Amino acid sequence: MKLTPQQYKPMVKAASPPSPLWKDCLWAFFVGGAICLLGEGLRQAYLAQGFPLTDAGTLTSVTLIALSGLATGLGLYQKLAAKAGAGTLVPITGFANAVVSPAIEFKEEGFITGVGAKLFLIAGPVIVYGVAASSLWGLVWYVLRPWVG
Amino acid sequence: MPQRRGDVILFDRPPAVDAWAAVGGKKEGEGPLAAGFDLLFEDNRLGQPTWEKAESELQRQCMNQLLRRAGLAPDALSLVFGGDLQCQCTASHYAMRQLDVPFAGLYGACSTMAEGLALAACFAACGLADRAAALTSSHFCTAERQYRTPLTYGGKRTPTAQWTATAAGAVLLTPTGRGPQVGAVCFGRVRDFDVTDINNMGAAMAPAAAETLLRFFARSGRRPEDYDAIYTGDLGFVGSRLLLEILQAEGLPLQNHQDCGLLLYDRARQQVKAGGSGAGCSAAVLAAHILPGLAKGQLRRVLLLSTGALMSQTTFLQGESIPGIAHLVELLAPDVPV
Repeated sequence: MKLTPQQYKPMVKAASPPSPLWKDCLWAFFVGGAICLLGEGLRQAYLAQGFPLTDAGTLTSVTLIALSGLATGLGLYQKLAAKAGAGTLVPITGFANAVVSPAIEFKEEGFITGVGAKLFLIAGPVIVYGVAASSLWGLVWYVLRPWVG
Repeated sequence: MPQRRGDVILFDRPPAVDAWAAVGGKKEGEGPLAAGFDLLFEDNRLGQPTWEKAESELQRQCMNQLLRRAGLAPDALSLVFGGDLQCQCTASHYAMRQLDVPFAGLYGACSTMAEGLALAACFAACGLADRAAALTSSHFCTAERQYRTPLTYGGKRTPTAQWTATAAGAVLLTPTGRGPQVGAVCFGRVRDFDVTDINNMGAAMAPAAAETLLRFFARSGRRPEDYDAIYTGDLGFVGSRLLLEILQAEGLPLQNHQDCGLLLYDRARQQVKAGGSGAGCSAAVLAAHILPGLAKGQLRRVLLLSTGALMSQTTFLQGESIPGIAHLVELLAPDVPV
C-alpha cells in the first residue's frame, strides 16, 4: 500500500466530523448555569432559615452533592450529562458524580478492593493536584506574607 | 488441497457453514436486523449478578442456539475458536467452562469473528476438524467498564465514537455440506498508521482493512465486482469513508461496500454516533443477516472483513498509537462454484 501515516493524518481529520461546538457550548452554558442557579437558590433558602453565611454555603454544597449522588444512582445524571457535557462536569455536582459512579460500578468487586480502591478512580487527580496546588500556594504565601502584610 | 497464494488461502473444496446463531441485547432488538436474531434480551444483565457474567451467558445462549439449529450435542464439536474483548477473554473461557469441547482462545479485538471463522475453515478444509465452530461476543457494559468509564458517569461521547454491541455470534463449519461455503480466507497483518484518538477506532482500523483487501485481490484472482457486497466489521461512518478514500487512491474503487457497524443499528434513531462496534457486531450481523442472505440466495458472493483495534488502556495512556488488523473470509451461496 502506497499510503503513509503522514498522508493519512489529514485524511482522518477531513473525514472525522467535529463536535458541534456551538451546540455543545450552549448546552454547557445553560445547564451549568441552571445548576449554579439552583445552588444560589438553595443558599438563599438556607440564609432565610437563619443560617450564617458560611454554614449556608456549606449546606448548599452538601445539598448539591446529595442531589447529584441521588441522580447518579438513578441513572439520571448520565442522561443529562450526555447532552450538557461541561455543564454537568464542572460544578460540584460533577465531582460527586465522578465519585458515586465508580462506587456503584465496582461494588461487585467487594467493598475494600472494589468500592474502596476504585472510589477516586476518576476524581483522584482533582484531589491530588488540588491538594498539591494548595500546599504549593501555602508555601508561596508563607514567604510572601511578611512583604505583603 | 487448499492452496496458498501470498497471504490468501484458497479452498478448492470449500468448507460449508452447517449452522449459525445470533443473540443480542436491548439496543440490537430495536435495530434493523432484529428479525434475524435467534434470541434477544430486553434485560442486558440476562438475569446475572454482574455484567461479565451476563456476557458469558450471552455466549452460552448463543452456543445453545447454534447446537439446537445443528441438531448436535455439545460434545459433537471437534474444536471451538473463540474470544471476546474482556481482559484475558474471560467471557469466552467462562462460557466454555460449561462445554466439554476442545477450545482455542483468540484475541483479535473486534476482528475475532473473521479470525475464528478463517481458522475454523482452515481446520475443516484440511480434515482436522469435522465440526469446527467460531464464537465471539461483546457487551456494551463490560466494554465501557474496562475501556472507558463507569456506566453512570456523566461523560459525553464524541461524534466519531462507536457503540459496543451487546451481541454474540456463532458459526459451525464442516468439511463439506449444503450450506453457504467458505471459498477463501486471508489473515491480516497488524498495521499502525499513527492514529492516537481512542474515540476514533474507525480511522485506526481502516488502513488495515484496505491492505487486507488489496492483498486479497492481488493474489486471489478475484475482483471487487465479483461480489454482491464487501462487508467490513465495524469501521463505522468515519472508517468506512476513509476505507473508500484509501482504496480509491490505490486504484481499487469499491461500489459495494457495507459496514456491519452501520447495519446493526439505525444511526438516525438510535444515538450510536459513528455506528456499532465490538467483536459481537460483525459476528451478529454475519449470523443474523449475511448467512441467511446467502442461504436464501439473496446474496451469492460476499466478503467479510472483521476489523480490530489492537491497543489497550495502558498503551493508550502511555501515548502509543492504535494498531489495527483485518481478517478476510470469502462466503459463497450454497450452489455457487468456487
